[in-house]
Amino acid sequence: MKKTVLFGAIAAVGLTAGMASAGTLDDVKAKGELACGVSTGSPGFSFPDADGRWQGFDVGYCRALAGAVLGSGDAIKFVPLSSKTRFAALGSGEIDVLSRNTTWTFSRDVDLKQTFVGVDYYDGQGFMVKTDLGVESVLDMDGATICIQTGTTTELNLADYFRTNGMTYEPVPIEGNAEAQQQYLAGACDSYTTDRSALAGTRMSFENPDDHMLLPEIISKEPLGPLVRHGDDNWADIARWTLNALITAEELGITQANVLEMAKGTDNPEINRMLGSEGSLAAMLGLESDWAVNAILAGGNYGEIFSNNIGENSPIGLSRGVNALWTDGGLIYSPPFR
Amino acid sequence: MSMADQAAEKKAFRLSMLIYDTRYRSITIQVIALIALALVGAWLVSNTLSNLEALDKELGFGFLSEPSSYDINQRLIEYDSRSSHGRAALVGILNTLLVAFMGCVLATIIGVTAGVARLSKNWIIARLMTVYVEMFRNVPILLWIVLVMAVVIETLPVPRSFKGENATSSMILGDSVAITNRGIYFPKPIYLEGSMIVFAAFILSLVGIWVFGRWAKKRQARTGDILPTGWIKLAIFVVPTLLVFFIMGRPITLEYPVFKGFNFQGGYQMRNSLIALWLALSFYTGAFIAEAVRAGIQAISKGQSEAAAALGLRPKRIMNLVILPQALRVIIPPLISQYLNLTKNSSLAIVVGYMDITATLGGITLNQTGREMESLLLLMAMYLSISITVSIAMNWYNESIKMRER
Repeated sequence: MKKTVLFGAIAAVGLTAGMASAGTLDDVKAKGELACGVSTGSPGFSFPDADGRWQGFDVGYCRALAGAVLGSGDAIKFVPLSSKTRFAALGSGEIDVLSRNTTWTFSRDVDLKQTFVGVDYYDGQGFMVKTDLGVESVLDMDGATICIQTGTTTELNLADYFRTNGMTYEPVPIEGNAEAQQQYLAGACDSYTTDRSALAGTRMSFENPDDHMLLPEIISKEPLGPLVRHGDDNWADIARWTLNALITAEELGITQANVLEMAKGTDNPEINRMLGSEGSLAAMLGLESDWAVNAILAGGNYGEIFSNNIGENSPIGLSRGVNALWTDGGLIYSPPFR
Repeated sequence: MSMADQAAEKKAFRLSMLIYDTRYRSITIQVIALIALALVGAWLVSNTLSNLEALDKELGFGFLSEPSSYDINQRLIEYDSRSSHGRAALVGILNTLLVAFMGCVLATIIGVTAGVARLSKNWIIARLMTVYVEMFRNVPILLWIVLVMAVVIETLPVPRSFKGENATSSMILGDSVAITNRGIYFPKPIYLEGSMIVFAAFILSLVGIWVFGRWAKKRQARTGDILPTGWIKLAIFVVPTLLVFFIMGRPITLEYPVFKGFNFQGGYQMRNSLIALWLALSFYTGAFIAEAVRAGIQAISKGQSEAAAALGLRPKRIMNLVILPQALRVIIPPLISQYLNLTKNSSLAIVVGYMDITATLGGITLNQTGREMESLLLLMAMYLSISITVSIAMNWYNESIKMRER
């Protein structure tokens, strides 16, 4: 079957005829690399390090998926996308999966024809201000100038929050995180608002993080997670269960260090089923039997990816909070491998 | 009818002549090209539609009437987050037109000045203008916009530095204008009762200036006397309006910007994004206009200025009365293109957060509703109609200054 793919904005001028076949899985295998959409630079979540190698929490998921599908966490082409271009890139087939702190919302799921495969970070929108501004709460900020990243849910939350609280504000729409930081630091806006996790990362990247603080209010629910295109259920299953495998691995104590050992067989049937020494779950997904082993080898289990990139011992310093495993009282929960 | 006649008639047109006869060949090629073009167009449309269908999206403009849910800082008309996407697009168009208009005016002033100055006999001025033109012409406009914005927000004081006992910045022009890195705040006129009469006086004095101008021209043609029209016109412009203003008890007052909370409140704010975009667009386009002006002036033969000088005209008058009117005929057509370029380049506004039509309809609305096709088609239609309007107006002006053949 041959079909042409709508190439986002360019569609209006000309169409790129892309070869696509039965499914994304076959395409990815044929290409030998996974095209993963990430942000253009968000400390802790996705950013190229000094050697040009992509690092971060969102990147960790990409590497796990590449491991599951292709056997190596390095078989990836990272595609940096702005908040505005991300959905067009996914819809057009330019990327196979989007892992770019994207909020799961009704309209994105239903109207924009995306499939969210799960939540890997429960976030909320927060505000960062300079400590010498003398503001303790968002409710003190009537009339303030606020920098926002345009094309995000935060833009809409902000409008709703100030409206319901009867306050005015001056929005300064900005394309990317870097420009927003520049304007915020220069005092062109009083506050910078986005997801608290990103704010924490941004704050730590400043010269004097102590001159800046996050306000206590969290004005929205921002469940962040990876997503794929509507219409390819097998690929969505692979993406979903790779995420679940990382979470289950943490729950069952499978780590990057011991996964090869565990894969030889253990007393726990669920570990055996997931890691492929028992049953045929891999075949049902259309993957090799060591898919989950390779996914975990790429960057560790969920907890390891979290702590290495954004956890309390990393420069970003986020606590697990609601993102702890359900067994520790958090919201991170995977359906069983059965 | 004999056989020979029929043969001759047949010879008049054979199918092969479509290719071998030069009279028909060009038509044949054009028809084939047209059919090919139509086929490509039809393929594009059908492909787009089938792909939209495959994505389960249907074309529709219903989203324009739904609430936009986002705020826009700069708006020339009433708008809030409950207004529709359509209204947000309208706000964007007005912002585009605003910066395009301001840009065209300033670019023309800069361009004409620089173009004339580049031909100056003063070595320093001429070289300075060359440096200006080459610098702006040869660096992409996007970089200029970003640079100007960076300069504005990094070098100007923040509004808070105007506050309190030990303020580090102060307002200028008798505490009426504040220049900050969030924009320039200046007083806003408040119209009280009786202000209409002041306006009427103002419009009457404009009419007066026009009437006087005509009369002075006729008088000059009749007597050869030149009146100091500039000063008299200025007097007509200022004096009656001021008189009426004071007689009516000063019905127009000013609302001054005052620092309150986080920002200056009251008065007008000219946002940093508008300033950056406006200046960058104007200086960039001004460089091109300067070249068009220089070309226009140099297209006028030297004999013209020598003849004018022989008649005793001074250099400034030679430029204004002899050279520029003729040069305009050469300048206007490229000037039209530059105006159109400036208008289209204003679509880069989003890099500094200026909410033009590309940022509202083609940015946030597109992104929040996911209607790429509809938004982009609308956007293209908007730019097309703006450009065509500019083009028609300028062509009309070009027609009116064309050489009258006698």
